[in-house]
Amino acid sequence: MDKFGMNNQTDHNFSKYVGTGNPDTTKHEWMNNQLRDTYAYLIANDSLTTYIALAEGESISRVRFNCLEKMIFPCGPSPDKNPEE
Amino acid sequence: MSDDFSAQIRKEREKREKLKANINQENQSNFVSLSAGVAFDKDIYDTADKFTDYVPELELEGENNNFSISNQTKKTKLTQDDVQKLISEAKQELADENIDPFKVDGAPSKVISERENEYQARRRNRILSPERIDAFKTPDSSQGKDKPLKKKRWDVVPEEDIKTVALNKASHMIADNLGLSLSSSDIESDATRVEIKPKKRNRWDQTPLLVVSEDDIAATPQHLSSSANFEETPKRTRSRWDETPVITHSDAMFTETPIGNLGMATPMISHSALASNDSAIYMDQDVGPRNRFMTDEELDQILPNEGYEILVEPTGYMPIRTPARKLMATPTPMVGVDGFAFQEEDRHQDYGVTKEIPGVGALPFFKQDDIQFFGKLLDGQDEESLESEEIKDRTIKKLLLKIKNGAPQLRKSAMRDITENARTYGAGALFNNILPLLMAPSLDDQERHLLVKVIDRVLYRLGDLVRPYTHKILVVIGPLLIDEDYYARVEGREIMSNLSKAAGLATMIAAMRPDIDHIDEYVRNTTARAFSVVASTLGIPALLPFLKAVCKSKKSWQARHTGIKIIQQIAILLGCAILPHLKHLVECISHGLEDEQQKVRTITALALAALAEGAAPYGIESFDLVLKPLWIGITMYRGKGLAAFLKAIGFIISLMDAEYANYYTREVMVILIREFQSPDEEMKKIVLKVVKQCAATNGVSSDYINDEILPEFFKHFWIRRMALDKRNYSQVVETTVELANKVGVGAIMSKIVNGLKDESEPFRKMVMETLEEIVSNLGSADIDSRLEEQLMDGVLYAFQEQQGEDQLILNGFGTIINSLGVRAKPYLQQITSALLWRLNNQNARTRQQAADLVVKVALVMKVCGEFELMANIGVTLYEYLGEEYPEVLGSILGGLKAIVNVIGMTDMNPPIKDLLPRLTPILKNRHEKVQENCIDLVGRIADRGAEYVSAREWMRICFELLELLKAHKKAIRRAAVNTFGYIAKAIGPQDVLATLLNNLKVQERQNRVCTTVAIAIVAESCAPYTVLPALMNEYRVPELNVQNGVLKSLSFLFEYIGDMGKDYINAVTPLLEDALIDRDLVHRQQAASTIKHMALGVVGAGCEVQILHLLNYLLPNILETSPHLIVAVLEAIEACRMVLGSGVILKYCLQGLFHPAKRIREVYWRIYNMMYVGNQDALVPFYFSVEDDEKNYYQRCELDYIL
Repeated sequence: MDKFGMNNQTDHNFSKYVGTGNPDTTKHEWMNNQLRDTYAYLIANDSLTTYIALAEGESISRVRFNCLEKMIFPCGPSPDKNPEE
Repeated sequence: MSDDFSAQIRKEREKREKLKANINQENQSNFVSLSAGVAFDKDIYDTADKFTDYVPELELEGENNNFSISNQTKKTKLTQDDVQKLISEAKQELADENIDPFKVDGAPSKVISERENEYQARRRNRILSPERIDAFKTPDSSQGKDKPLKKKRWDVVPEEDIKTVALNKASHMIADNLGLSLSSSDIESDATRVEIKPKKRNRWDQTPLLVVSEDDIAATPQHLSSSANFEETPKRTRSRWDETPVITHSDAMFTETPIGNLGMATPMISHSALASNDSAIYMDQDVGPRNRFMTDEELDQILPNEGYEILVEPTGYMPIRTPARKLMATPTPMVGVDGFAFQEEDRHQDYGVTKEIPGVGALPFFKQDDIQFFGKLLDGQDEESLESEEIKDRTIKKLLLKIKNGAPQLRKSAMRDITENARTYGAGALFNNILPLLMAPSLDDQERHLLVKVIDRVLYRLGDLVRPYTHKILVVIGPLLIDEDYYARVEGREIMSNLSKAAGLATMIAAMRPDIDHIDEYVRNTTARAFSVVASTLGIPALLPFLKAVCKSKKSWQARHTGIKIIQQIAILLGCAILPHLKHLVECISHGLEDEQQKVRTITALALAALAEGAAPYGIESFDLVLKPLWIGITMYRGKGLAAFLKAIGFIISLMDAEYANYYTREVMVILIREFQSPDEEMKKIVLKVVKQCAATNGVSSDYINDEILPEFFKHFWIRRMALDKRNYSQVVETTVELANKVGVGAIMSKIVNGLKDESEPFRKMVMETLEEIVSNLGSADIDSRLEEQLMDGVLYAFQEQQGEDQLILNGFGTIINSLGVRAKPYLQQITSALLWRLNNQNARTRQQAADLVVKVALVMKVCGEFELMANIGVTLYEYLGEEYPEVLGSILGGLKAIVNVIGMTDMNPPIKDLLPRLTPILKNRHEKVQENCIDLVGRIADRGAEYVSAREWMRICFELLELLKAHKKAIRRAAVNTFGYIAKAIGPQDVLATLLNNLKVQERQNRVCTTVAIAIVAESCAPYTVLPALMNEYRVPELNVQNGVLKSLSFLFEYIGDMGKDYINAVTPLLEDALIDRDLVHRQQAASTIKHMALGVVGAGCEVQILHLLNYLLPNILETSPHLIVAVLEAIEACRMVLGSGVILKYCLQGLFHPAKRIREVYWRIYNMMYVGNQDALVPFYFSVEDDEKNYYQRCELDYIL
């Protein structure tokens, strides 16, 4: 029952953080989180933003904006969902 | 006096004989039964005459008689004269002998009702069904019929009541004082004494005492209506039908019917459980043929025809119907049909065997009183033959019985059942069973807690279905709010708050509104507290309009009083959370200061005090409104009213800014100084408090205090009598300290310093405590030489004369002399000689105090350069090491320690080499104080002066120290372990280590754990390379305990040495490898925790390779299920992450995150989450790239850019 010992409530604590997973996490969910984390990381680090802006030939703000936009549906719709819905 | 009464009583009885009316039936109809139906509070907004069924006066009798079963015989009806009294006294003694001999003496009873005070016991006078219901149901013509009959009923004043009232009057003063102490926190305690107004409602179940109508005065003793009695606390009488009638051997023998019928109901305690068939059982089991009542035919047979007369039963007679009381009642000394018979042995005693209740199973206990409620379950009826309602009722009873009496497992499942099915059972069935149980007299803490928990759970489930039961629940839960047990209060508040959430504000107000002007102060008190909880739950603003209306009520002063009290309670409960609503709250009650009722004025002032206290230090502007009435008030009133006003002023002044505070302080101080001489204790406390508050404000100058306050203050409060009462004492000390903060040390000290030589010990203590606080606050710079002399003289006197056990005088001495510093030099000689003389005293206590004083003065002696004196004391203490009292010996060791600390090892006299061998045998002493002081001293010497003692002596001490590792006190074990470190440092680790490693073989776990800690400490203090070889060699011993001990030592060792660990990783790696592949779980656990400490020590030190290697050994253990092991392993992995970085661990994770087996995924996700929460950013570069599929795109192309 108490598989991970006395600190079993850690599981509960982890679940409060967006981005943590559990045994039932799907590939899509996990990738969603990974991509969001990545974009957040890119936005948060000025040097990285500048680097990407340079590589893409966009302005820094445009890069930021693009990253933010991409965070909405980082990898497209969930594969489980019916297209009709 | 009693003759006088009995004359009246006789007269009374004659009168009663004449007045036999058919009131009985009338009474009958007035009872509201609990099971009869649901009590809806329909009459709330109906102001129709709902007082009709109240008897419109109060009775004065002490209500504690009412239900205290054990006193049953004591209060039997005394019909005749003193002879009768003697008889009943004898019976009382008999009854007293029945007291449970197993009951622990002195310990507070577990049964709640037994340790309640009289005020709290009033809760049982409350009736579950709201009595006002009847008034609503019969607002029509029946009232007209009721009234005259009722009036007649009042005429019949029962003689017993008269008697008790008379007695009561005699003990009026005592009772009064009692009342004071009961609620002394609340000077409003006089509110318990409700003034009696002729036109007030009463309860049907009470016996009226005061006669209303003029023509009845003859029948009632005149003195009853005297003013003294009007001020009496309105206590509930035990009404005459609650009484167990005792058959007396007088001619009046059969004027009263002997013990009454069974199975009839009393509304107080539920009778629902004792339905007809139960009573049959009850008759069989508990009454027995001897106590069974006799029929008329039987009586006819055994009594002669002549000389006896059959009388009609008395008018007010009502048989006892509470079975619980019946059980306890003295058996009637009446000859039964069978003639004399040996008393039937109670065959139903359980002799410790658990009783089986059908459908419930074995219970740990089944109390006699439980029969009352759960008797139904015992009747063995087949459930299938019953109606569904009945089955439901039985199911609930079974569940409740399981919860109340069952073992934890049983209880839990029953609790779950009752919670989950709460809505199916319905609110009515549930509460009709639970609430009477909570009112049971035999309830104990645990049972109450469980039942309250049931209510709490059920409340959640029922939601708004509880509405009809709101009032009933309030009646039962209300008393919890004034329980002396903190947890009971918290529980009560929680229920109350859940109830208000479930029922909603409107229902709560509707349910409690009628109680706001209830005649009984107890009811109003609980209601006010309940309202405050409602306010804190639903927010003050929601309740504010209602409060406004109540506080301004024109209908009765009781309503205003309660309304204001609600606000007081809100302030107490919410504290600073009242600030946003402060202005409204103050406005709400401000008019109460000018109320015509003194009690309302008093409570208003108290409420203002509570508001100001809660708001401090903000919110003065909200009180503008009340300043004027308050200041007018203090000039107008005296006594308790004044006290409350002063209290409010005190709290408000602390909120003011300097200028205003100064002005108002001057205003109020005149009154305060006048009240200094008040004999009233409560007033004294408040005056002291207000003086303290005034002195604490910025605006009051020291000159003013010096001139105006101090002379009177010292005259009235620095007297011996004040020192005797603990509360006065601390109040005086606090106030004086506060005054000293303003006027300085000298001014105060010169006034009280002579008190140190007072003949009264408590007074000396009071002076000492004050001086200690003043000196520690303000230092001693202000003390001139003359005062200094007086002070030291007094302090020494107080020290020498002290009788008590406490540390107060000693601490005072220490604080004062340390504060004096160099100036203490002239007195040290004197102190030393007193000390030495007292060390030689016959009295152990005196010796101990002297030794304790050494600790206090040692530092000052050094400051003053009195090394010779110190050496002198040191030698004397050394000589007394043979002391036999452990407490004294401990103190002597403490004194020696203080001197060694101050003098230093080299100059110590006696020399260390003589001292330490004397200490070695003392280490064997089992007394904790001795052990602790001795080990401290030895540790000190080992630390600083180890070279003065031979290595052999130190080894001897090492062996003694091993014993100390068994000590219960942690401080001793820690000191012992540290001492190992010092000794090892002094004489080299080899021998000590050998001793310790040997000790790993012992059985006792605590000893081994301490040994491992000691080894680690030795390693830390002598460098790890001196210890590691021997330690690792020890791992080869094929013994689990030893190997685990070694691993544990390693774990502590790496924890202690921190970053030094990087030099030793390679050395211990093979050992850890071996441990991590051992079959034994503990090996792996200890190895994992070693790796954890090791890894944390070497973060960033370039040991990645080794840690990665160890991680590879660690990782297979993640699938272990033993809790300690898995926790240790996961922690070790976390520590490895710190060294290796998240990327490496992520790679390890990837193999399991999407494993087909869920249990494997579980642990891998847990590692992933640990990592994610710990250091999410670091993961970003390491997420591997995933190919897009036809629907989704997973590429992170930004990361692929290369410039």
